[in-house]
Amino acid sequence: MVIEMLYFAWVREAIGVGQERVDPPESVATVAQLIDWLAGRSEGHSGAFADRGRLRAAVDQVFVALDAPLGTPREVAIFPPVTGG
Amino acid sequence: MIRAAVQTDPIDLAQELTAIEVTGAGGIATFTGLVRADDGVSALELEHYPGATDAALLALAERAAQRWSLLAVTVLHRVGVMHPGDRIVFVGVAAAHRAPALEACAFLIDRLKTDAPFWKRESRGAVASWVEPRGSDEDAAARWREPG
Repeated sequence: MVIEMLYFAWVREAIGVGQERVDPPESVATVAQLIDWLAGRSEGHSGAFADRGRLRAAVDQVFVALDAPLGTPREVAIFPPVTGG
Repeated sequence: MIRAAVQTDPIDLAQELTAIEVTGAGGIATFTGLVRADDGVSALELEHYPGATDAALLALAERAAQRWSLLAVTVLHRVGVMHPGDRIVFVGVAAAHRAPALEACAFLIDRLKTDAPFWKRESRGAVASWVEPRGSDEDAAARWREPG
């Protein structure tokens, strides 16, 4: 299952890229498990994902909780809590 | 009339206000957010999630239009680099009477803080830092939760 990953704000800076294509194993069934798996990709990933309490996610552009089932998404975004307005 | 947009261009208040005044409203409420010069902030950069941001603004505008039977609603948010005094966000709503206009405007500015994927980075001279969310923003957004 190929997923287009998007990262924003300091998550993007810590990882070093704003976008990447990944192919996680089938055992990855939730957003949190995807984050666990991605954390092993590089030091930047593990640093960005060190504190789960500071992460938010969107699956195919819909905000979801980290324990939400992943389904078969085209796009998953990981980012800090939003601070607009 | 619903208008929701993310833009890098400055926000033209006169133009936006005129567009909602012609809807036959009895009451118009607007909110303009400006970049503050807090503790020596020299620049503010707004990052967003393209696509998702537009959808979030439109969903909020449609929600408000329906809940308060608005005649017009405009939600504009700037992205990119701004400086103290620059307009960063504009909300304008037109309704038959003042109460729904004021309430819908408050709803929109509270929910923009928590529901739309924007991130702020403040620069003080050469030092830049991401703005942390405030718990009070969550509280303000939560007061609009619909019953049931």
